[in-house]
Amino acid sequence: MDLENQRRVLDLTNEYGAENVIVVLGAAEGEAAGLAAETVTAGDPTFAGPLAGVQLGLRVYHCCEPEFKNEVDSEIYDEQIGMMEMVLDVDDIISEMSAIRDEFTKY
Amino acid sequence: MFPVLKAASYVLMHTPDMVLNNGTTQTTERIVNPESEYLKKVNENLRPFEEIVSYPPNQCYIGNITPEELATYEMPWYDKAIEGATAHGKKGEIFEEDVFLAFIKASDSFDLVLLEKDFTESVRPKLEAYPGLNAKASTLPAGIELEKITTEIQNRGAEPLLYKGEVVGCVKRAHDIDVNLNAHVIFENLVVKASGMIAMERLFVLNNIDPASIDYVIECSEEACGDMNQRGGGNFAKALAEMTNCVNATGSDTRGFCAAPTHALIEAAALVKSGVYKNVVVAAGGATAKLGMNGKDHVKKGMPILEDCVAGFALLVSENDGEHPILRTDLVGGHTVGTGSSPQNVMSSLITKALDKGGLKITDIDKYSVEMQNPDITKPAGAGDVPQANYKMIAALGVMRKDLERTQLNSFVEKHGMVGWAPTQGHIPSGVPYCGFAIDDIMSGKIHRAMIVGKGSLFLGRMTNLFDGVSIVVENNPGIQVEEGSVSKEEIRKMVAEAMSNFAASLNQ
Repeated sequence: MDLENQRRVLDLTNEYGAENVIVVLGAAEGEAAGLAAETVTAGDPTFAGPLAGVQLGLRVYHCCEPEFKNEVDSEIYDEQIGMMEMVLDVDDIISEMSAIRDEFTKY
Repeated sequence: MFPVLKAASYVLMHTPDMVLNNGTTQTTERIVNPESEYLKKVNENLRPFEEIVSYPPNQCYIGNITPEELATYEMPWYDKAIEGATAHGKKGEIFEEDVFLAFIKASDSFDLVLLEKDFTESVRPKLEAYPGLNAKASTLPAGIELEKITTEIQNRGAEPLLYKGEVVGCVKRAHDIDVNLNAHVIFENLVVKASGMIAMERLFVLNNIDPASIDYVIECSEEACGDMNQRGGGNFAKALAEMTNCVNATGSDTRGFCAAPTHALIEAAALVKSGVYKNVVVAAGGATAKLGMNGKDHVKKGMPILEDCVAGFALLVSENDGEHPILRTDLVGGHTVGTGSSPQNVMSSLITKALDKGGLKITDIDKYSVEMQNPDITKPAGAGDVPQANYKMIAALGVMRKDLERTQLNSFVEKHGMVGWAPTQGHIPSGVPYCGFAIDDIMSGKIHRAMIVGKGSLFLGRMTNLFDGVSIVVENNPGIQVEEGSVSKEEIRKMVAEAMSNFAASLNQ
């Protein structure tokens, strides 16, 4: 996750409280999604950004995961994400994301 | 009449010393973590020139093997070598770092580059092999003592130029306090100029093009030249034209991150189609900042640092000759402000918007040239296979439009896509790497139609969050046809003859 986005996640969490923040990712690959999820839960694994050593433990989902998909208007979902869902390896993304959540999410 | 895509050239400069000293991944690491293990490993993970030449994607970039031939090599490619590979390509060339340093000196109009005297003499004869450079560029002035160069670097902020780890020259600052003219910026700009210049030189020489026939040059790289009062004032294009004897040309710079080359191609096509100019060159030099961009991941995985070349390219767009592939200026796609940012809106604006104008289906384009980044570089860095991802998105769009069945998704990618081969220099891999092959493939009848697609991440400049991209269709030339309502040469001859005989008759009366 780039340094600017790490800063924004940290600022929003400080402002609204970690229990009120959910991060929604749109990464194109399981590995990249997992890294971003790890950053907002266990801290920046590259130790380069504002979240280095900061364990926010936020709830984090990929936009192709059922937890997110079931919460939004299916027509808009199809219009905005339908095509990418066809292209992405959704199972791999779900397994990466679930593993990170199981281990690090506190809420 | 539509303009034609007439010629293309592609060049690579092997710059291992610049990876360590000028790539931002490495220079940033040096600031934040000077004792890092990575920096210690950079040099031992750099490839020698012979490996650069025989590396299959590089042979593809300079036109010696086709993308189809490249696809027959099993990945990863960095441990494969093409037997008997040469640095001289059908469409370009791969240069050693010492020759590139000579090009940098050759492109220096303000005596800002100093080269050491023995080094100068060792590279001087090598410049003679490039007859398309102007007379001033091919005559290097005598070099100077190393002590003077060291003094400039140590006391006056000059940027060192290294060859095989040794200082052989420097780029001086062009102003004491203007940050836009400091040694670092001048160095990066001269790299653009030198690599763009040699791409144009190869375009003219390899394709027997008279540089005096060029009317206009559009430069479309990602650097900006100017001073503190006009940071991106320009004009690389005019500078490239000057170095390559385009005595009848002027030019200007087009910027748009990675999308710029396709923007420039469309602009060139429009200028020719409108009749403003007959021959327009689109050219770009490369970026040292991106050298070794994914180096940390490559080293971590025990691979050589694959981003070790500065790249350049040049294209020629000309008025219709009845032979070369036509640029369909009526089939242009583009991401507009109102498009939105969802991937399918983006892809529709780039792909189907252009197709719809001609009543074409997604399957009517034989080859899509998207961001042709070399996956050997991007995959180990976690960025995936960029061309492959683009083809999947185009196929998915086709499924949503019912141009193809869902079960045909993979076969579409196979048939209408290609493997990536271009270095990850931002604008360099974007759409244009296939232009050279497209000319051959369309003229030989192998394919009928291709689409050149360029995309750009504008948010990096912090002026807009919008994405950007444009596309244009290239297809086979049906030959010059007389447009309806116009008069043929034969008819004009007849009319003139009639008028003459009427006039003669009137004199006789």
